[in-house]
Amino acid sequence: MNEMVELGKSLAEVRETFRGGRTRGVAWRKTQLRAIIKFLTDNEDQIFKALEQDLGKHPVEAYRDEVGVVKKSANLALNCVEKWMAPKKGHIPLLFFPSKGEVLPEPFGVVLIFASWNFPISLSLDPLIGAISAGNTVVLKPSELAPACSSFLASALPSYLDPKAIKVIEGGTDIAEQLLQEKWDKIFFTGSPQVGRIVMSAAARHLTPVTLELGGKCPTILDSLSGSSDMEVAVKRIAGAKWGACSGQACIATDYVLVERKNAYILVDLLKKIIQRFYGENLKNLKNLSKIVSKHHFDRVRKLLEDPIVAASIVHGGSVDEENLTIEPTILLDPPLDAEIMTEEIFGPLLPIISLDNIQESIEVINSRPKPLAIYAFTKNEAFKKQILTQTSSGSVTFNDVMVHFVCDTLPFGGVGQSGFGRYHGKYSFDAFSNEKAILQRSFLIELEARYPPWNDFKMQFLRLAYSFNYIGLVLLYLGLKRTSR
Amino acid sequence: MELEYGKKEVFDAETASAMMKELRDAFGNGKTKSFEWRVSQLESLLKIANNHEKEIIDALCSDLSKPELESFVHEIALMKSSCKLALQELKHWMTPQKVKTPITTFPSSAEIVSEPLGVVLVISAWNYPFLLSLEPVIGAITAGNAVVLKPSEVAPATSSLLAKFLGEYMDSSAVKVVEGAVPETSVLLEQKWDKIFYTGNGRVGRIVAAAAAKHLTPLVLELGGKSPVVVDSDVNLMVAARRIIVGKWGCNNGQACIAPDYIITTKDYVPKLVDALKLELEKFYGMDPLNSEDLSRIVNSNHFARLKKLLDDDKVSGKIVHGGQMDEGILKIAPTILLDVPEDSLIMNEEIFGPLLPILTVDKVEASFGMINSRDKPLAAYLFSNKKKLKEEFVKTVSAGGLAVNDTSLHVAVSTLPFGGVGESGMGAYHGKFSFDAFSHKKAVLYRSFAGDAPARYPPYTPAKLRFLKALLNGDILGIIRALFGW
Repeated sequence: MNEMVELGKSLAEVRETFRGGRTRGVAWRKTQLRAIIKFLTDNEDQIFKALEQDLGKHPVEAYRDEVGVVKKSANLALNCVEKWMAPKKGHIPLLFFPSKGEVLPEPFGVVLIFASWNFPISLSLDPLIGAISAGNTVVLKPSELAPACSSFLASALPSYLDPKAIKVIEGGTDIAEQLLQEKWDKIFFTGSPQVGRIVMSAAARHLTPVTLELGGKCPTILDSLSGSSDMEVAVKRIAGAKWGACSGQACIATDYVLVERKNAYILVDLLKKIIQRFYGENLKNLKNLSKIVSKHHFDRVRKLLEDPIVAASIVHGGSVDEENLTIEPTILLDPPLDAEIMTEEIFGPLLPIISLDNIQESIEVINSRPKPLAIYAFTKNEAFKKQILTQTSSGSVTFNDVMVHFVCDTLPFGGVGQSGFGRYHGKYSFDAFSNEKAILQRSFLIELEARYPPWNDFKMQFLRLAYSFNYIGLVLLYLGLKRTSR
Repeated sequence: MELEYGKKEVFDAETASAMMKELRDAFGNGKTKSFEWRVSQLESLLKIANNHEKEIIDALCSDLSKPELESFVHEIALMKSSCKLALQELKHWMTPQKVKTPITTFPSSAEIVSEPLGVVLVISAWNYPFLLSLEPVIGAITAGNAVVLKPSEVAPATSSLLAKFLGEYMDSSAVKVVEGAVPETSVLLEQKWDKIFYTGNGRVGRIVAAAAAKHLTPLVLELGGKSPVVVDSDVNLMVAARRIIVGKWGCNNGQACIAPDYIITTKDYVPKLVDALKLELEKFYGMDPLNSEDLSRIVNSNHFARLKKLLDDDKVSGKIVHGGQMDEGILKIAPTILLDVPEDSLIMNEEIFGPLLPILTVDKVEASFGMINSRDKPLAAYLFSNKKKLKEEFVKTVSAGGLAVNDTSLHVAVSTLPFGGVGESGMGAYHGKFSFDAFSHKKAVLYRSFAGDAPARYPPYTPAKLRFLKALLNGDILGIIRALFGW
């Protein structure tokens, strides 16, 4: 009960702060962005520790995917926020002369951010940077499945950021439901489609716009590559992105690989070698591999392997360590396409390889499933690239690499269909939390009589010409030289 | 090819799923994505407007007694210029947009590709039944989607005209019209769409949003709200009055989502403003406005009764300073001005959507912005003033979908400005390129080469890799070199 009272107070406070107007100023926004950078710099070790606790993430991985990436976003926002805030001119037709048109971004107001547990720092702070840059007040709810990160954010952030404008509220489903009862001006959600639906339904009651960052089965197409070194680079990138980013627990991790039959065994062999190079032999000592976040998810991933036909398709790994919640990097060759492992998002260190007679068939395989957040394709065939681009649909497409589009701030990051909607990163984060207000400024000079009733044929004729921007016709009409038709 | 649902009298779940299958097939085979298809469909829409102007004007006259000039200017001409703009710009809009890539992903190149969302639903409104149906359809087609249009049953003549002509002129495998009311709309909303574009009110908007949530369908909601007009005392009074009148009564007799809903002005200035409005109203619509052919009627008896109720409110009686005449037989209500109605009256607590215009007064004009911001965010807000500071303050502090200074409603016709609401007035925007964007997915595409493979990305992780990554993500070139050489 006390919690509810606290929550109510926090909300009242952020609303009041927004109304007060200080978050609209560029100074406030910059101060907060600088504070985020300082927070990351001061607390790097604590963040590494929390990530180690929640997910067994190695500091290098933690820096690459969480601390570094957020610092980069904050720095970019800090450098660009003034430019982003400036109104954009809109071209106005001569007919409206004299007038001025512009689009002015304004903050939505009080926004809610739901972060997820797999990148508990960056998926909390990256959207927060967008919300702050756009001048909103924010309630951030980190995921309760990464409790160390959640409580660290809740305890440390308030001493860096304006505590009356930015609140971290911790909690599980009950608190999330409580938050969803409230009226927000925007909700930004990262998580699963299933919870995404709940969030969207709740938002519907208040007509709140939402951004949904969901996941999906992101395929990697591996075409025949001429050089063996290219093949090695490709496989290394695939392996790095499958197991090297939170052990496959990433919304843009490779979910499965599509490859021509003749290359399947080459791929498996290369993957095995690379796994060994990356992680060694000892499953009990996988320091470089994140653990599975919870017992629940551990069981979920393990269950994917239990189907006997699926189990029979394992060509590497498959062992699990329940005590440490780790699952060995596991490769499966041609599990049945209707098995759960091929219908559900895997979100774990299992990598099915689907072999095809012809690599072109991969387009069909992809299109027979919901639209993924990302598609990856290793190919040097330009025609095939074009085909992938035009015949499939996904949040993004990356050629000859995996996951790196995430750090490319000039590209919008977001899904389509089952993988969500709305986008962020860089300027898109600012846009995601801004209302683009259209402004037309007119003067009292020059009145077009034809705008006003009583209507007559002259006015009709005038407007016909005006709408086709036939200025010569207009002049002739005024001079009485143009015949009024109709 | 005549399909079942074309003949059946009821549009039920079965017919709907047959229709969806046909549309999915049409989209799936890729024809709607081609530049040529989009152009041909836009040209067909133009042909409908060009070949059937008379029928369109007649339908609008039958549904709303809309004056011919209004029908032409606000519905046909606007729709045509949208079509022409789309035809002219389509190539340009479809071209992928190149973007820079950071050093972090070097060597690489990147672009943003606009791709159609798939099969989309447009539910339109009765007040501008032609324009508000086809303007979103233009966006949907321009972006390469298959589209179903559900025109409003409250404007039946236009609805059946759209069904007929779109059926005749458009590619019927990918562009369809479903006519009907609540039951048909409910069946449509149960289907899985890739985008829903709804124009109407907040109550139905919530129903649409809840239905969309089930399928994770993105939405554009074009709603309304009480759009205020603030009038300062230093303005060209005649021009201001005329611009207010044409935005209020000259736009479907107030039945427009961006029509001025109420005026706020100062106590000192209000007598002059009321006089000017009266004078210009008389010039425009004569002494007997109920019989003026230049005013639309109220759409139906439900809405007539709703508006009558607003005036019957005890708190409002005696506040009418102009107009007030009504004729239920011809569903006409004269331009009506009310002065100083209480803020808790019915008329000040719902969108009026009709020819009634309350005026509220304040001591100082500056106080009006606070009044506006204390209410739900409107679709539009207007200010008449010559003071630079006041204009700046207005633009900065008043939150609304769109603002116009020293005019009303005209911002809608500017295709370079996004048109859409915020908060209670909706979400998402359209018009011009914004319509194309509303129906497109912006696909991020990154091209990498096989070269430039930084070992630091891969395990096993070492402190040197951490140093390198720090430099790389900070875009610190010297740092990168230092880390590479192990300094």
